[in-house]
Amino acid sequence: MDDLAAVAALNDPVRRELYRYVTSKGRPVGRNEAAEAAGVARPLAAFHLDKLVEAGLLEAGFARLTDRTGPGSGRPAKVYQRAPGEHVVSVPPRDYRTLALVLAEVVDLLGGDEVAEKAAHRIGARLGAESAAASLSGLLAERGYEPYDDDGVLRLRNCPFHVLAQEQPLLVCSMNLSLCQGLLEGRGEPGAPRLDPRPGECCVVFPQENSKTNKS
Amino acid sequence: MHLAQFNVAHMRAPVDDPLLAEFVAALEPVNTLADAAPGFVWRAIANEDDPEETITHEFGDHLLINYSIWESRESLWNFVYRSPHLAVLQRRREWFHRVAEPYTVMWWVEEGDIPSLKEAWHRLTLLREKGPTPDAFTFKEFYDPDGDRG
Repeated sequence: MDDLAAVAALNDPVRRELYRYVTSKGRPVGRNEAAEAAGVARPLAAFHLDKLVEAGLLEAGFARLTDRTGPGSGRPAKVYQRAPGEHVVSVPPRDYRTLALVLAEVVDLLGGDEVAEKAAHRIGARLGAESAAASLSGLLAERGYEPYDDDGVLRLRNCPFHVLAQEQPLLVCSMNLSLCQGLLEGRGEPGAPRLDPRPGECCVVFPQENSKTNKS
Repeated sequence: MHLAQFNVAHMRAPVDDPLLAEFVAALEPVNTLADAAPGFVWRAIANEDDPEETITHEFGDHLLINYSIWESRESLWNFVYRSPHLAVLQRRREWFHRVAEPYTVMWWVEEGDIPSLKEAWHRLTLLREKGPTPDAFTFKEFYDPDGDRG
């Protein structure tokens, strides 16, 4: 399935809501739960969830959703979570990714990490000041980080720079941290985002004082 | 197959110099993290009783070496870049010189095998001389156990 078809699969509002709900959980989600969250009947949710799998946006698996095991505990339920890979559509065609990869390599070869971090901080501050988002988590959501509250710490489920972070993890994670520090500064909010990387998520977390009142 | 990784770092000062103090202090917590990391298999330890002792070798002065074995690329990647190890790595310039030639190498080993330090050094030399090959490669230019580019 090509990128355009994958993105087009999200045109249906119910499907889009199901996709949003499943990916916001960061864990496999069953059909009942997704149906309830989207406010639709289970068969309709199942139909759309499977369409999202066909489109390559979700992947399906099977899991027992109750703690019961052994005979009588029922068969495993079909569950869904975000599929790996990304789909970019630009009309007319644009390719910023290739150029970003080249530039990241140049920074690395020149040993220019510190300069790059300062630039990221500056640009972050500008973006933070310009944004009309009502809260920090609103701003982070706007920028594709998919923030969520985790025990008083604001964590970021999605790395908007994933491909680059795979290619140049040290440079890109450091620049991302600086960018996040800039975003906060641009909003005129106190606090210091820090690195706390986990597999499969963005490497930056924002401490409690920023997240308490800013749930999205 | 398991994945062996060997890397060398050129210290800015002798290991007992105050310049390296914070790095040396980070050794124990970071090594503890590695030992508990999913997919960790083995690492070279200088002294079981002193977590801050570094490995002695014949490859050069002020050269810190690090040698470990992992179950997969993913397990090594997640430890190096997706754990608190990343924050230590970020500070590398404070403690180590920038080097133009490759300073870290990977290769596949049979499960249970622990190649000698000399073999590890040979792999790094191979990478430096021939570039990435299935016998000596890097995260960026990675090879699967069957020799295919990963």
